[in-house]
Amino acid sequence: MKLFSALVILTGVMFLASLFVGYAAISIPEGLSALIGRGNPLYVTIMQDIRLPRALLAAMVGMSLGLAGAAMQGFLRNPLAEPGLIGVSGSAALGAVIALQTGLAAAFTLALPVAALAFAALAVGLILLLAGPRGSSLTLILAGIAVSAFAAALTSLTLNLSPNPYAASEIMFWMMGSVANRAMSHVWLALPIMALGWIALAGLGRGLDALTLGEDAAEALGISLSRLRLQLLFGTAAAVGAATAIAGAVGFVGLVVPHILRRFAHGRPSTLLWASALGGAAMVLAADLTTRLVLPDRDLKLGVVMALIGAPLFLHLIYKTRREIA
Amino acid sequence: MTLLSVQNLTVRRGECPVVDAASLTIGLGECVGLIGPNGAGKTSLLRGALGLLPYEGTSSLAALSPKQRAGQAAWLPQTREIAWPMSVERIVALGRLPYLARGARLSPADQSAVDAALTRMGLQNYRTRLATALSGGEQARVLIARTLAQDTPLLMADEPIAGLDPAAQIATLQVFETLAQEGRAVLTSLHDLSLAGRYCTRLILMGAGQIIADGTPDQILTAERLEEVFHLRANVVPTPHGPLVQPLGVIQ
Repeated sequence: MKLFSALVILTGVMFLASLFVGYAAISIPEGLSALIGRGNPLYVTIMQDIRLPRALLAAMVGMSLGLAGAAMQGFLRNPLAEPGLIGVSGSAALGAVIALQTGLAAAFTLALPVAALAFAALAVGLILLLAGPRGSSLTLILAGIAVSAFAAALTSLTLNLSPNPYAASEIMFWMMGSVANRAMSHVWLALPIMALGWIALAGLGRGLDALTLGEDAAEALGISLSRLRLQLLFGTAAAVGAATAIAGAVGFVGLVVPHILRRFAHGRPSTLLWASALGGAAMVLAADLTTRLVLPDRDLKLGVVMALIGAPLFLHLIYKTRREIA
Repeated sequence: MTLLSVQNLTVRRGECPVVDAASLTIGLGECVGLIGPNGAGKTSLLRGALGLLPYEGTSSLAALSPKQRAGQAAWLPQTREIAWPMSVERIVALGRLPYLARGARLSPADQSAVDAALTRMGLQNYRTRLATALSGGEQARVLIARTLAQDTPLLMADEPIAGLDPAAQIATLQVFETLAQEGRAVLTSLHDLSLAGRYCTRLILMGAGQIIADGTPDQILTAERLEEVFHLRANVVPTPHGPLVQPLGVIQ
């Protein structure tokens, strides 16, 4: 309960900070009235069309990645697992790159996320085909790695064959991940899909708790592993596919957040699920704030900042674990 | 009343049957030891009977829905796995999972089942210790306590006493004996034939996938059977505590 309130407060503070920190200095009362459409029309536009979608998307993306990371680690019983493992984010990125390359993305606003989502769905189909609906967790990972590798190869090929250097650099920047310059339409596109993913992933708690004792013991405790696997796959695909479609590749959240919070969740996978959802939201909001506070005029990318924060944090965790084991 | 009835159960690995048309029934009050050399099919028989492996034939447990089965039989697998650093009490409480509604907390009844299981396995002072930081034998006891917390009529365990110190082995088998006396039943595979003879009310001997003999320890543990099935030259000494098996050598 203490963990829950702490994380809710942290995420809330980050969300508010995300709303009120920016290029235009808007005071908190002015900003709040602008949010409900009152006061200076310029402020209304900034708050409603720029900052609110940005803060919402950062929180939604973080929540999806944190939740999917905790679910994936719980399912595979491996603290090194992350949501990108099953190839959904790589495939979503490929869809986005193709949309950028073909000029579809410029033709209408939501073409890019829609293409990314379509490719994420395609990846799930391919993984199910490769691993079989009853495949073991090992075949699931192997199928995921195969799909990721293939998607990465096709992404490189698209960049390689790109006749237009501007398109290539646009793709490169998109792939670094960002929630800047998004509109409420992005929120409305991603939210229902992500919400479906969140519901599927949040329902895994019992099964993941039982899996602490191994697959055999979990099944004897009344858990259907094939159902659990399908639910994990669809939940991750919906949440992470939509997150990648909106924000590009944002790494490390799904890996680091469950790792940091595991101790506070007393190791229990079901507690870790919602804790990582909140923690992920707080972390991506913080990383997005960092992009605005450090080098605000150089358009620092979210994925870059996340990796810069995430990698040292991860090293620190490894160092600590090493001392605990030794 | 029978708690488990298995008829003509066959479990195949590829084409080859690792359990070949095995039939057995377990009734209330029995502590049944499943013995046999490595590769005899003990684990496959137990898992097949639970429906955790594809099987042919019938098994009363495998016919139940997963949830009903979890209320009928607790299962202790051979591989001891505790994936995350959770406290001993939380691990043992996982045994209550089949009875908990989604997201519900432990009821007082659940908590008393957990407490009873911890007490039975002598783990009262381990409650708050991290299960992953315990020794292998202690972890094994924690996992046995988890199956006890499930509080089922039947307990099925696969080599529960492997790796335990002699006192813990005896203590565990005494718990099983008590469970049987309380009117439940235990089906456990084990390799210590003397302990099997002492604490089990009945032994089932397996060899090459088939049930070779099924009876009281005195009937099963004979020098001829040990020679034939285990390729073991052994002294079998009858004692008031059941037959004592002293292996002397291996028959090539």
